Amino acid sequence: MFADLPILSLTIWLPIIGGMLVLASGNKAPEATRRTALIISIMTFLVSLPLYSSFDTTTADMQFVEKAMWIEVFKIEYFLGVDGISMPLIILTTFITIFVIVAGWEVIQYRPAEYMASFLIMEGVMVGVFSALDAMLFYVFWEAMLIPMFLIIGVWGGPNRVYATIKFFLYTFFGSVFMLVALIYMYTQTDTGSFSILGYHDLKLGLTEQIFIFVAFLMAFAVKVPMWPVHTWLPDAHVEAPTGGSVILAAIMLKIGGYGFLRFSLPITPDASNHLDWLIITLSLIAVVYIGFVALIQQDMKKLIAYSSIAHMGFVTLGFFIVFMIAANPDAKEAGAILGLEGGMVQMVSHGFISAALFLCVGVLYDRVHSRQIGDYGGVVHTMPLFAGFMVFFAMSNAGLPGTSGFVGEFMVILASFRADFWFAFLGATTLILGAAYTLWMVKRVVFGEVANDKVAALQDINSREFFVLGSLALAVLVLGLWPAPLIEVMDASIANLLKHIAVSKL
Amino acid sequence: MEILFLAIVLAPLIGAVIAGFWGDRIGRVGAHWVTSSGVGISALLSLYVLSGFITGSREPFNGSVYTWMVSDGLHMEVGFLVDQLTALMMSVVTFVSFCIHIYTIGYMADDEHNWPEGSLAGTNSYQRFFSYISLFTFSMLMLVMSNNFLQLFFGWEAVGLVSYLLIGFWSVRPTAIFANLKAFLVNRVGDFGFILGIAAIAMYTGSLDYSEVFKAIPGLADTQIQIFGDSSWSLMTVICILLFIGAMGKSAQVPLHVWLPDSMEGPTPISALIHAATMVTAGVFMVARMSPLYEFSETALSFILVIGATTAIFTGLIGIVQNDIKRVVAYSTLSQLGYMMVALGASAYAAGIFHLMTHAFFKALLFLAAGSVIIGMHHDQDIRNMGGIKKYMPWTYWTSLLGSLALIGFPGFSGFFSKDAIIEAVHHSSIPGAGYAYLAVVIGVFVTALYSFRMFFLVFHGKGPRDEHAKAHLHESPKVVTVPLVLLAIPSVFIGYFTVKAVLFEGWLGDALFVLPQHDTLGALAQSVSGPNEMISHGFHGLPLYLALAGLVTAGVIYLAFPSIADTIKKLFKPINIALEKKYWFDEAYQFLFAGGSRNLGRFLWETGDRLIIDNVIINGSARSIGRFADRIRNVQTGYLYHYAIAMILGLLLLLTWFVIAA
Repeated sequence: MFADLPILSLTIWLPIIGGMLVLASGNKAPEATRRTALIISIMTFLVSLPLYSSFDTTTADMQFVEKAMWIEVFKIEYFLGVDGISMPLIILTTFITIFVIVAGWEVIQYRPAEYMASFLIMEGVMVGVFSALDAMLFYVFWEAMLIPMFLIIGVWGGPNRVYATIKFFLYTFFGSVFMLVALIYMYTQTDTGSFSILGYHDLKLGLTEQIFIFVAFLMAFAVKVPMWPVHTWLPDAHVEAPTGGSVILAAIMLKIGGYGFLRFSLPITPDASNHLDWLIITLSLIAVVYIGFVALIQQDMKKLIAYSSIAHMGFVTLGFFIVFMIAANPDAKEAGAILGLEGGMVQMVSHGFISAALFLCVGVLYDRVHSRQIGDYGGVVHTMPLFAGFMVFFAMSNAGLPGTSGFVGEFMVILASFRADFWFAFLGATTLILGAAYTLWMVKRVVFGEVANDKVAALQDINSREFFVLGSLALAVLVLGLWPAPLIEVMDASIANLLKHIAVSKL
Repeated sequence: MEILFLAIVLAPLIGAVIAGFWGDRIGRVGAHWVTSSGVGISALLSLYVLSGFITGSREPFNGSVYTWMVSDGLHMEVGFLVDQLTALMMSVVTFVSFCIHIYTIGYMADDEHNWPEGSLAGTNSYQRFFSYISLFTFSMLMLVMSNNFLQLFFGWEAVGLVSYLLIGFWSVRPTAIFANLKAFLVNRVGDFGFILGIAAIAMYTGSLDYSEVFKAIPGLADTQIQIFGDSSWSLMTVICILLFIGAMGKSAQVPLHVWLPDSMEGPTPISALIHAATMVTAGVFMVARMSPLYEFSETALSFILVIGATTAIFTGLIGIVQNDIKRVVAYSTLSQLGYMMVALGASAYAAGIFHLMTHAFFKALLFLAAGSVIIGMHHDQDIRNMGGIKKYMPWTYWTSLLGSLALIGFPGFSGFFSKDAIIEAVHHSSIPGAGYAYLAVVIGVFVTALYSFRMFFLVFHGKGPRDEHAKAHLHESPKVVTVPLVLLAIPSVFIGYFTVKAVLFEGWLGDALFVLPQHDTLGALAQSVSGPNEMISHGFHGLPLYLALAGLVTAGVIYLAFPSIADTIKKLFKPINIALEKKYWFDEAYQFLFAGGSRNLGRFLWETGDRLIIDNVIINGSARSIGRFADRIRNVQTGYLYHYAIAMILGLLLLLTWFVIAA
C-alpha cells in the first residue's frame, strides 16, 4: 500500500525541510520550536516504518527504489534504495533521533531552534547516506553529515570544543578525500560512465587497482568506525559534544563506517579484501583488547563509554572480515561466514541502542552535577534509585549480558570467529572480562557506595521525560536481546547475496 | 505439556516483575506474597513433574518454545529438556527457594536499619530483595531446564547477574560492592572459557541443541585439532576443558574460587540459596548434563578430578581457621563442591548429582541456622563472641546439629550416603589423578568434621556469649525463620536413606547421564553394596567414618574441653596457620597481578600508545609539519584550522558545480 509513495525521499527530506522551518522560526518561542521539532522527528519515524513493515525479506534486490537523473552530464543520479543491510540502520536513525530531540528539551537553552534544526537536518542526511545508491549522491550526503555535527560540537560543546572539532573534522575529512578519488576512478572505469554503486559491485578490477581502492575506502571507513589507530578523535569529540551530539555520533555515525565496508569495500574489492583481511582482523582485535584496557582506566565517564564504543565496533569489523578465513577453513566450510556478517550487523544496531542509552545516562548526571568525572560521584543509587536501575541495566547490556541486545552480536561474532581461527575467538572473547570490568567498575564507583558529597545528596531522580527516553531504549535493548529473529530475517537475504557475490573473484 | 513447564518457569518471573516494578504499590506484604506464591506454585508443579518420573508415568520431554534466531543454518532456540535429572534439579531449586522466601520474611523484616537515613534505595529494599530472589529462581530454572547451549548460557549469566545484584544488595557497604564486582568478574573469566567451548561445539557439530550435539559427539571422539602451532589436541579434550573452565567459575573451583567467600557480604538468605544450595552447583549440573561429552575425554575427566580434589581439601583446611560464622560455612561449601567435582571426574555423575541434592538441603539449613544465630546476635558474626547459644535458641540448635551431622557424613544422615558413594567411586576409578583424589577426599572427611564441629561447639556450647548486652537480648528467632529450618532439616536427615538406592544403584536418572563401561565406577561399587542398610554397615568397616568421628572428637577436645590446645597448635604450626589465615595468598596475588596489572597496562597503553605516539607524534606531529609548510605559503589566515577545512569542502562543491555548468 506504500509502494507508490517515495518513502525514502520522504524520510530524507521531511526532517531536512522540517529542520529548515524550525531554523527559520527562530528562538522567540522555544517551547513551540521544541514541539515542532519533536513532531517532525516522530513523523519521520512513522514515515520510515513502512520500510520495515512492507519490506520483502525474500529478495536481496534493492527495494523502495527511486531513480531520477540529477546531473546529466556526469550521469549522476538521484538513486535511492534499501536492502536488508541499510534498512535496519535507517530505522535506527529515525528511532534514535526522537530521543535526541526529547533529551535536549530543557537542557538546551542556548539557541534551541538551531540545535533542534541541526539534529533534524543531520537525520535526513544520515538516512541519505544509508539509502544512496549513486556514489556521488552518497558522497554528498557523507560530507554533508559533517557540517551539522561540526556545528553541534562547536556551538553547544564543552570548553575544549575547538580542539575537538578540528580533530574530528580533519580526521574524517582526511579519510573521505581518498574515498572520493576512488569513486571517481571507478567512474572512469565503467563502460558508459556511471556512478551507480550497484554497477561498481560488478565492475571488473585488477588486484592492484582493487588494493588501491580498498585502502582508499579503508581510510574513510576506518576513521568513521573508528578503528585503531585512527580512533583518537572519538573520545575527544564525545567529551566535548553535548549529550545529543554524543548519542548521534555513537549510535549512528560510527555505523556509517561499518555500513561502508559492507556496501563498498567487500563487494567492490573482494579480492583485495581477501588479501588484506588479516590487516582488518588484526586492527579489530587490537580494538577489542587494547582499547578494553584503555577504557578501564578512564576517569571521565564519556571517555570511558567512547573507548567502549571503539572496542564494541571492533566486533563489527571482526565479524565482517573473518569471512574469507572461514571460507578457507576446511573444518568450517562455508557455514559461519554469514554468522559473522550478521553478527556484525546486529552488533551495530545493538550498539546504537546501548551507547545512546549510556551517553544519555551520563547526560542525566551531567545536567545535574555538571561533571563527568567518575570521582565526583558515588552512591547515586541512594538519591536516584530509578536512574540507578537504568544505569545498571545498560551497563549490563554493554557488558554483553544474555537477554540484552549487547549479547547477540558478540555471541554470533565469537561463534563465527572460532571458525576462522581459535585465537581470534580467544582474543575476541576477552571482551567478556574486559567489557564487564570497565563498565561495572564505573557503575560501582558512580552508582553504589555511600553518598559521596553534597551534590550527590541533592540529586533529584529522573523526571518523566528522562524516564520515557531511557525506558524506550531499555525496551528496545530487551526486545532485541530476547528475540533477535526479526532483525536477522530482514537482513538474511541481503547478507547471503553479499556473501555469494564476494565469494566470486573479480580477477 | 509445554504449558506446565512454562508455568513452572514463568510463575517466579511474574512474581519478580510485580514485586520489582510495583513494589511501592503492593507494599511489603504484597511483595512477599506474590513472590512466595509464584515460587510456591513452581515448587508444587516441579514436585508433580518429579513424582511423574518416580512413578514412571512420565516420559522425558524435549521441545522448543520459540526460535530465538536462525543464522547461517544454525538454529538458536529457547526450549526445555525435562528428564529425571532436570526434574530433580527443578525440585531442589524450587523447594529450597521456597523455604528461603519464607525465611526472608523474617530475616529482612527490619532491613531499613541497613540503609543510611534518607536513602531512597532503602525504601523499597524489602520488595526489591524478594524480586531478586524470585528472578534468581527463574534464571536457575531456565538454566537447568534448557535443551540447548544458548539458553544454558543465558541462565548461566542470568544467575550471575542476580548473584551480582544480591551480593551487592547492601550497596552502601564498600566490602559488598567490592565483593559483587569481584564475583562477577571471576565468573566472567570462567564464562570466557565457557563461550569458547560453546563456539567449538557449534563449529564442529553444527548445532547448539543438546540432542543433536550428543548424537554427533561419538563421531568426533577421535578428531584432532591444532591450536598451538602444529601440536595436536583431541577436540573433545579442548571442548570439555573449555566448558569446565566455565564450571570452575560458577562452582568456585580452585583457582577461580576466590569470589565465593567474599560473596558472604550478601544477606544470609541468598548465601544459602545462591552461594550454597543452587547457583554454585550449576557447574556440577552442567558437567553431569554434558556427560556424553566428558566421557570421551579422559584427560578432561582427570583434570576435573584433580581440580575438584584440590578444592575439596585445601579450602576445607581454610575453614578451620575462619572466625566469621558465614565464612566457615562458605569454605565448607567450597570443599563440598570439590567433592561433587571429584565424583564427576570419576565418572560417578549420579553420585555428584546425589551429593548436590543432599548438600543443597543440609547446606541451606546450615546457612539459615547461621542466619538465625546472626539475628539473635544482632548481626555479630564472629564465632569467638558466641557460645552457649544452645539454651537460648533450641530450634536453631537442634536443626544445626542435624545439618552438621549430615555434612560430616554421620551414618544414616543424607550426607553420609552421598559422600560415601563419592569416596568409594574414586576408589574404584583408575584414571590418572584418582589416587591423589582419593587421598584428598578421605582426609577431607576429617577436616570437614573438624571445622563443622569447631564452629558448632564454639557457637552453641560453652560459656557465653561474651557480650552481656547480646546475652540479655538473645532469644529464639520467629516462626518464619524456624519453620524453614525444620522444613530443610527433614530432607537433610532422611532423603539420602530413601533415595540412594534408586539414584545410585538402580539408574533412576536414566538416559540423562551417560557413562562408558570402562569408567563405570558406580557400577563397580554396586557389586559390593546395593542399598542404604548395606552402605551403613559397610561404612562401619571403612576408614572415612572413623575419620569423621575423630574430627568431631578432636573438635570437642580442642574447642570445648581444653581451649588452650588451640593456641599451642597455632604456635607450633605458625607458618601453616598463617598460610591458612591468608587463604594461601590468592587474593593478594590476584589483586596485584590482575587488578593492578590491568590498570597499569591500561594506563601504559593509554598514555604511551594513544596520547604520546598516536596523538602527539603522528597526528599533531603531521599537523605541525603541515602547519610549518603552510606558514610559508599562506598569506590569508583567520587563525582557525576549521575555516580552512570548510573552505576545502565549499571549494570542492563549487568546483563540481562549475564543472557541471561549464560542461
